[in-house]
Amino acid sequence: MHELSIAVALVEQVEDIVARERATRASKVMIAVGSLSGAEPEALLAVFPLVAEGTVADGAELVIEPVAARVRCRSCGGEAPAELGFMGCAMCGSREVELSAGRELNITSIELFEDER
Amino acid sequence: MCKECGCDGGEQLHFHDGHWHSHKHSHGAEPPAPAEGGARTVALQQKILSRNDEHAARNRSWLKEHGVVAVNLISSPGSGKTLLLERTLEGLRGRVPCAVITGDQHTDNDARRLQGKGAPVRQIETLNACHLDAEQIGRLLPDVASDGIRLLFIENVGNLVCPSAFDLGESFKIALLSTTEGEDKPVKYPTLFSVAPVVVLTKMDLVPHLDWNAAACRSCLRQVCPGVYIFEVSAKTGLGMETWLDYLIKLAE
Repeated sequence: MHELSIAVALVEQVEDIVARERATRASKVMIAVGSLSGAEPEALLAVFPLVAEGTVADGAELVIEPVAARVRCRSCGGEAPAELGFMGCAMCGSREVELSAGRELNITSIELFEDER
Repeated sequence: MCKECGCDGGEQLHFHDGHWHSHKHSHGAEPPAPAEGGARTVALQQKILSRNDEHAARNRSWLKEHGVVAVNLISSPGSGKTLLLERTLEGLRGRVPCAVITGDQHTDNDARRLQGKGAPVRQIETLNACHLDAEQIGRLLPDVASDGIRLLFIENVGNLVCPSAFDLGESFKIALLSTTEGEDKPVKYPTLFSVAPVVVLTKMDLVPHLDWNAAACRSCLRQVCPGVYIFEVSAKTGLGMETWLDYLIKLAE
């Protein structure tokens, strides 16, 4: 359940962004979660509202965009989706590949409100 | 119920249109959340764990400055991390100055097992957390890894998933896999095994009693990490320990 730690880190980031942007609260947070990031979207959604309570992200909607793992092939130069249990090039079969996507754990956009004070 | 995505409109979790949502849901004619001062959307590419990453970067430069190679040992609970470390510290004593940071949810049992082997040992009790983070490591580094230490072993909390998400500033990750766990763990848990360039297969002395197939296990490891370097050891009988120790000595040079 490290999703709790991730949610805490996420809310801290949202607090920073809200302060930096001189907004008063966040109403929607979009994040990208890679299939190899080790984070479970459902667990993140379950704990986010609890962590956000009483912060500038209280009541904010969390939207998670899953990102599939992809590999770039050093042999043929191609880039293709990777099966989770197989790090190889789907096009030429080479094993000389590196992960080009799938580890994401990023905030991609945030909807901010500036309530009248 | 919402006709678009099937949710009941309440605060709940669901998947539609390629996204996971937690909503106070507004569909169709329902008005959106009231905006007092108007909303605006800011697009970003910001890492959620960026604070941990900053601490990890600081740890990495501290380690480099002090000439310390740090390895982050990750495996299931009970795969033999502590016994391997005990025998490793004994084998490297007087040859390579080592230090250990060990993490567990509760107890300092591991630290006590590792004491008295010529290496400073610090225990982190993570309590409810299932992993070590970079800040915890950073707090201990000056205390445990100064004084000419060349090799720092970070024994992470026993867990195949969570610890791999947190960069500690280590030089690289080493995964342990015991023969009793079966051959296909790497394929089932690619999150760790795809980022560990070195894997130590432990409890090799048990192979005669198991239906464990070395070739199948190696093949599973290479499926998720094609260039992986594999050691086969039994810390209990000493099998393969010399090769492992030689590797660590070269690593620290």
